Formats: sequence, C-alpha cells, structure tokens
Amino acid sequence: MLLFGIYQFLLPWEGLPGGIYDAIYLWIPPAAINESLVYVIMALGLNIVVGYAGLLDLGYVAFWAIGGYCAGWFMSEFFFFLNVHFLGSVTADRPGIHINFWLVLLIGGFICALFGILIGAPTLRLKSDYLALVTLGFGEIIPQIFFNGEDFFGYNISNGTKGIVIVDPLPVGVKNLGPFDFGWKLLIFILLAALMVFISLRLRSGRLGRAWLAIREDELAASMMGVPLMRTKLASYAVGAFAGGVGGVAFATHVNGVYAERFNFTISIFLLAMVVLGGMGNVWGVILGAFILSWVNGNGLTAFGTFYNEKFGTSIDFASFTFLLFGLVLILMMLFKREGLIPESRLKLMLHEEELDKEVADGKERA
Amino acid sequence: MSKATAQKSKGTPGQIRSARIERTGAIVISAVALIWILANIIKSPEQFAQVAVLGLRNGLLYALIALGYTLVYGIIELINFAHGDLFMLGTIFSSYFLTVWLKQDKSGPSGWLAFALCLLAVMVLGAIVNVLIERLAYRRLRNAPRLAPLITAVGMSFLLNFIGLKWNGSTPRQWPTVIPSFEVSIFGVKISWVTIILFFIGIPLLLGLNYIVNRTKQGKAMRATAQDKDAAALMGINVNKTIAFTFAIGGAMAGAAGLFYQQAIGTTNFNLGFQLGLIAFTSAVLGGIGNLWGAVVGALLIGLIQGLNDGLPIALGQQWSQSVVFAILIIILVFKPAGLLGKVTTEKV
Repeated sequence: MLLFGIYQFLLPWEGLPGGIYDAIYLWIPPAAINESLVYVIMALGLNIVVGYAGLLDLGYVAFWAIGGYCAGWFMSEFFFFLNVHFLGSVTADRPGIHINFWLVLLIGGFICALFGILIGAPTLRLKSDYLALVTLGFGEIIPQIFFNGEDFFGYNISNGTKGIVIVDPLPVGVKNLGPFDFGWKLLIFILLAALMVFISLRLRSGRLGRAWLAIREDELAASMMGVPLMRTKLASYAVGAFAGGVGGVAFATHVNGVYAERFNFTISIFLLAMVVLGGMGNVWGVILGAFILSWVNGNGLTAFGTFYNEKFGTSIDFASFTFLLFGLVLILMMLFKREGLIPESRLKLMLHEEELDKEVADGKERA
Repeated sequence: MSKATAQKSKGTPGQIRSARIERTGAIVISAVALIWILANIIKSPEQFAQVAVLGLRNGLLYALIALGYTLVYGIIELINFAHGDLFMLGTIFSSYFLTVWLKQDKSGPSGWLAFALCLLAVMVLGAIVNVLIERLAYRRLRNAPRLAPLITAVGMSFLLNFIGLKWNGSTPRQWPTVIPSFEVSIFGVKISWVTIILFFIGIPLLLGLNYIVNRTKQGKAMRATAQDKDAAALMGINVNKTIAFTFAIGGAMAGAAGLFYQQAIGTTNFNLGFQLGLIAFTSAVLGGIGNLWGAVVGALLIGLIQGLNDGLPIALGQQWSQSVVFAILIIILVFKPAGLLGKVTTEKV
C-alpha cells in the first residue's frame, strides 16, 4: 500500500522547473496541479465522512476555512501585538506569531479535528436528511463568523473580507520556499496527499474502517452487532476534519492568504461531486474524481473555451458553466452510476440494494 | 392494576426527564425572546411595529415556499433542495413576463391585468417545472437508499442555479413594480400597498391549499400516500399521479412566492434560491415538517425573527441574520426534530 503512495512522487516529476512545453503549460499549468492536489487532500477527507461512514456532510468548507485561518493566525503578522517564534522561518524581530509550517499543519489539523467533533456531536442521533442540513448549517455559520470576524464582539479574529496575508515562506531544510516555487511545493503537496492516502487505506483495513462501513450500510444493525456508534461517527468526523485542516493550511500557503469570501457552499458541493464522481469510499476513485473536476473547474473550462472559440469562432463563456457541470455530475452519477467511476465493491451492493432484493424475490440467483 | 398502568403511561424515567428538560428549555427560550422583544418595544415602538410588519410579510413569502418543502417531505420523505431555486426561477420569470414581454413598468389598470396574468402564468410554470423534475430525477430513485435522492436534489438545485445564472446574469438586477407604491399609515406605522396586496392574495392562496388538502379527493389521496405509500396503492390510489400532483401544487406555490418577491422587493439574483430556500426549510422544520399549518406558523415566526433581528436597535444586525436562522435550524433539529406542531415518530425497523 505504501508503494502506491511513493508512486505518486514519481508521476509528475515533469512538474519541476526545467523542461515544460507550451502546450502542457496551457492545459496543465503547475499552479493548477498544486491546486488539484489540495483538492485531493480535502476530497480524501470528505471521502472518509461520506464514503466510508455514509454521513452526508454538506458543510465541509468549514474545516477548510478553519485550517486556512489557522495558517493565517500562526504564520503571519496578524497578531502584531504578540511576538512568538517557534522554529519559524522569518527573522526573530518580525512581529506576530510565526510557527514552523509543518507544525502549523499539525496544529491546524488537530484544531479542525476538534471542531469536527464539536460539529459532529449534535448530529449523532439524526437521520441522513437532517444530518445533511445540520452540517450545511455549520458549513454556513462558521465561514460567516470569519466573514464578519472583523468585529466579533469587539475582537478582530479574521480581518473580515480583507483577509490575512501570509508572509512566511516554507522552510524545507536549508531552503525557504516563496510563493512561486511551484515545483518544490508540488512535492510537498504530493507528500501530504500521499500521507492522506496512507491514512485512509490503513484506517480502512483496520477496525475503525470496518466499523465505518458497517455504519454506512445499516446503522441499527451495526449498533446491534456491537459497533460503538457515537465513537465511530465522531472518529470519522475527526479524521475527515483533520484532512480538511491540512488541506486548508496547504491551500493558504498556495494562494498566500486567507480570504473570507472564498469559503462558500459551492466548494462543499464541489468536493461532494468529486467524491461522488470518483466512487464513494474508493481512495483511488476519489483522487481521480478530484483531479478531473478540479482541473476542469480551474483550468480545463477556460482552456477548452479558448480552444473551442478559436476553432468555431464563437464566444461562449465556458468558465461560467461550473454550476451546470457540478449539478449534472451529481444528477447523472446518481441516476446512472451510483457507485462512481471506480466503484467500491461493497458500496455497489449497498446502493443497489432494492434492485438486488427484487432480483432475489423474483427468483434470480445472486452470486 | 389501574395505578400501575397509569404509572406506565407516563413513560420511562428517561422520557420523563427529557420531557422536563424540553419544557424548561422552551420556557427559557421564550423568556429570553420575550425580554428581547419587550426591550425593543420600549426603546422604539414605531420601529418595532414597522419592522414587525415587514417581518410578517417576509414570513408570508417563506410560508408559500415552506409549504412546498413540507408537502414533498411529507409524501416521499425527501428534502427537495431544488425547491428554493424553483422560487428563484419564478422571480426571474415574473420579472421578464411583466417588464420585458408585456412591457408593464408602472401601475394602472393594464398593470393589474398583467399582474393577474403573471400570477397564473408563474404558478403554471412552477407546477410544470416541479413535475418535470420529479419525473426526470426523483422518480427512479424513489426506492433507493436515502443518500441517492438527496445528492440528486443537491445536483438539481445546482442545475436550476445555472439556469438562473444564464437567464439573469451573475449580478442582481432591479425591476420596476406594477403595484402602486402608496403607503398607508396605521397607527403611525407605514405599510406599503405591496404588503397589503400580498396579504390579500397570499392568505386566500394558503386557505385554498388547505381546502385542497383537507377537503378534496386528491387531497385525501395525498394524505393517504404520505401516511403509507403501499397501503394507499392497495386502496386504489395512483401513487405516481398523486406524487406528481403534490409536486405540482408545491411548485405553484413557489412560483406565486416568486412573483410576490419580485414585486415586493424588486431584485432578482440567481443566488436567491439558496438563501431563501434554507430559510423556508427552517420554517418548515420549526413548525413540524409534514404539517401544513406548522409550515405557515414556522414561516411567520422565522420571518418575524429575521425581520426583528435585521431592523431593531438591540439586535445582532443584518450580517448575522443567516447565522441566526441556521442556528435556529440546528437547535431545533437536535433538540426537537418534530418541530412545534409535529408528532414524534419512532423509527420502524
């Protein structure tokens, strides 16, 4: 399993600065790959909540926001009245809190995991419809707190719509990575993504993963069989949120800032579409789905648009078709291929339960 | 023996305790709300009345949309995420119908005629679109595990958002209204004609819906299907047609709400469906989902709360309104999922 994670390192080695052709640059610029990798990390986290445990979470963007703001708080000059340095990468006379990037990743992840448990705790008893709505509610409230955070009962916690600009370069051994060192950042992001893949696969084959699958298929039966519902659900939220936090910190360093208006419901649906498209519960499917959708959304539509418009002489604004894309992906996948592009074997059985039952009732043999 | 059974009927100690907690919680919340309202009334009564009227008008709009949510949920246990976006399409349609196609942009007798025509047209449109959505997307998934139709509903909502985006453009647009913009002053509170007209048309719509659901044969079929689909089918009810009918009247209500919104507030925005849809759904849940009067009561309450929160001096202010509504939704779903007027249902194995 770990070999697969390492394999990811070798794949886009071309992304390093040095021989990049123009065509590749137009269709897959390195910035887009980095962004896709961040989405991969987040989609893997959502995969744990939605794919493994079957808890439809529509408010995942909240974890992204929290992760991003953790990066903003701990890696910038936001708290200018403090002066905390801990293995930071800037000189000690700059104001603010500056903590090492890797530590901030961990801190962001754990804070998000905490919030994941907080958010998950009230939803434990709810049916799937209501669960979706409550998570949606949290997914709206938390970004709105950050959005209005300039005057949060007197304290400025988020700079409101102006956002926080992160000035710290990332320390990697002797070199400090600035905002435009896409090649090296690519490796870092691949490392993070591989870490998430590793965590997902390991958990899946362990006790916790089996408990999650059991909950996904039938909660009542699982609890009868001795699966501790509360702990398992909270664990899924926590791990998923951890991934969200890591992704949030990574994204914040990718765009070098945290801006409140970027966190909206659309992103939660975007991630959900990735998980649904790729195959809920299947790590490789989710990675595939994440790459496809984030590339199409970020770069593919505009590149396709310029290509199409040049060829046919039209001027359709393809980039605005994102809503159509997400909606159609969700609807068509649900109607025709519920398990996703790379299905997970047990999921197929679960999602087509009623048809398989009908087959058995009709007398057909089921393998 | 009678004493023992009387004891048993009160419930287990756990149930008694949770009922008591519920009651204290309700009393606390009501007390806080009352203190807040009284504080505001004392501070500036005219503003309070003004804001309250506005809130009630919004509540009427939310009620019309919430009815669609609660009808659909009652009958197929699906939260139709796309319903709010149907309302949004209704606003855009009525704006185009009145201003662009019929070229009415000020009040007058032709304005009233156009308004009536538009009301009919937008209700028909809402009904047709909703039935189409059900036929294309939800019908196949009726027996699928709950995750599938839920995700489809979200996808459908995005699809409708896209249609709205392409039709209306990505920025909000202003439209003139065909209702004369007089203001009537009652006890120092200025109420605009628009609000009065809305109440005059909205309340009969609600009463008409109530009549349909409670006194006609189709309504009976709806209630039967909501209670038990298979038994209704055994009794000879055409379940597919009944569900389509439910979607149709839900869609018609949303369309009417769209016209009212467009006339009262005058802007159309493709993002409207999401915001108002969530508020309407919160109202439906607050009142007890599946319960028609619950939806209306819940909507009026939420409209009032939101209006008061927006406009009053001692309040959180407009930027927190959405969070307040969501917080209410979360609190209700977690502590009292049956809502104010709903019944507690136990899960059948």
